[in-house]
Amino acid sequence: MTASLTAEPPRTAPRGGPHRATRPTGSRPRGAWARRAPLLPALVFLIAVTQLPFVATLVISFMRWNALAPADRGFGGLANYRSALTDPTLRSSLLTTVVLTSAVVLTSLLLGLGLALLLDGGFPGRGIVRTLLIAPFLIVPAASALLWKHALYNASYGLVNGSLTWIWGLFGSDGAPQPDWMSSLPLVAVEVSLIWQWTPFMMLILLAGLQSRPPDIVEAAHVDGAGTWQVFRHLTFPHLRRYLELAALLGSIYVVQNFDAVFTLTSGGLGTANLPYTVYETFYRAHDYGQASAEGVLVVICSMAIATLALRTVSSLFREEAP
Amino acid sequence: MTAPVRRGVRALTAWLCALSFFLPFAWMVLTSLHSEQDAATNPPGVGAALTLDGYREFFGASTGTSPWPPLINSVTASVTSTLLVLALALPAAYALSVRPVRKWRDVLFFFLSTKMLPAVAGLLPLYLIAQNTGMLDNIWLLVILYTSMNLPIAVWMMRSFLAEVPREVVEAAAIDGAGPATTLLRIVAPVAMPGIAATALISFIFSWNELLFARVLTGVVAGTAPVFLTGFVTSQGLFLAKVCAAAVCISLPVLVAGFAAQDKLVQGLSLGAVK
Repeated sequence: MTASLTAEPPRTAPRGGPHRATRPTGSRPRGAWARRAPLLPALVFLIAVTQLPFVATLVISFMRWNALAPADRGFGGLANYRSALTDPTLRSSLLTTVVLTSAVVLTSLLLGLGLALLLDGGFPGRGIVRTLLIAPFLIVPAASALLWKHALYNASYGLVNGSLTWIWGLFGSDGAPQPDWMSSLPLVAVEVSLIWQWTPFMMLILLAGLQSRPPDIVEAAHVDGAGTWQVFRHLTFPHLRRYLELAALLGSIYVVQNFDAVFTLTSGGLGTANLPYTVYETFYRAHDYGQASAEGVLVVICSMAIATLALRTVSSLFREEAP
Repeated sequence: MTAPVRRGVRALTAWLCALSFFLPFAWMVLTSLHSEQDAATNPPGVGAALTLDGYREFFGASTGTSPWPPLINSVTASVTSTLLVLALALPAAYALSVRPVRKWRDVLFFFLSTKMLPAVAGLLPLYLIAQNTGMLDNIWLLVILYTSMNLPIAVWMMRSFLAEVPREVVEAAAIDGAGPATTLLRIVAPVAMPGIAATALISFIFSWNELLFARVLTGVVAGTAPVFLTGFVTSQGLFLAKVCAAAVCISLPVLVAGFAAQDKLVQGLSLGAVK
């Protein structure tokens, strides 16, 4: 810190100037490395563990390589991409991923917004309500998926159908509908379980956003005769926008990559296989390493599109604290 | 509507929403305390006798399969990778905020961009490397992968927390002749302690929950708790009570940590953007 305060900015510093000769000449390169040194372990580790495997994926995606035929291994050109792109499974899983992600993120964002607005303000037991609402997010995702599959959706003894029987029973009827939720509405079933898990996440971020809103302005607006809707439309919503964006984008990053719910609830069956699950399956079941890699590369390209958007938004969020 | 009535309606709505969101959770706990027969009735047997049989089954009462090896694996993977994440992220965040390198913003975004790369894209090479180096079914492989999975988030969070440390404090330390390591450990870290705790919490939760890597890269020896859990569903017989008991037990560390540190959870989930 002292260096940047007392010395001129690095670019204009005279190299080997008469007065500063002892410090800047010898220590500038070393100073830069001293600054970089704490960064290096994390950077090197991350590149080694996340970037190198991806480079390997890229290489394998151009190879003809099936674990069941190890002898027939070689350069395959674009064949893997051709079969991946013409593979109806991959195309439908791309669509599933888009539908699943947008349904889950938008619904849980709206529900989260509603809950955050309800919780923004004092009432008896507000702390308990918040704690109850967080609970779904704190269950291990695999456990949550099992809970929904077996304890709630199960056609013969799940809570949903059980409640239907009970309600019909109240009116003296024993002909309650008992649909098999998992096979009649598989994608909706996955979505509902994920919305249940992600709504608390959205709520927590939006609630924090609401509470960072300067209260005196809202009060002033009310004094000036602004209605609840007007306050929301012109004050709360603009303030909340960046929190909505942050919540939606972080939610998308996690939901796009969701594996646990699809794997546990439906094993990718009945049109619920999303991209991560499809890649997993190609690799795990079919042992076609080349094609699995090509699919992996395509997943990355799709994610890049979302990621670019996400990074831009996040960077605009963080810009204001730039030095 | 008058103000008190409106407040009352609002409180009531909030309570109803909270209870309906909590219902599946409550049902999980209640089912875990029922016998297998009572758990599988239709309509649901809410008032059935309570028993701990589901939990006894989770601990291997009739099968003899102990849940402790997977639980210990999970603890090893989550705690060790969290410590590693902190050890790597704290100096990195220091170099991105307190004494920033040139182009620190680009570096920061590089960290985040690795998080956008779907984990599944690197799965195959990781599997092949692990296979060839004998690291398959080895818990230390998961430690390394979970560290890399959480490192970008941790660097982001830590940076935003370290950026809040007053510059004067850091400068004063430098004038007193403190080196970077001393400044970081003695001056910056104590001030940023709440942020470090939030980072640790998030890192722990994400590692504890992870299923895909654990499922593909481990087997009988290094399997973690979520993998153990998915193996709990049997094709024959009733299993609902013991699955619910297992779900409760395996979620317990995350539940306890998350409830105890709700504010840290928000800070962490928003990458430190929400204070």
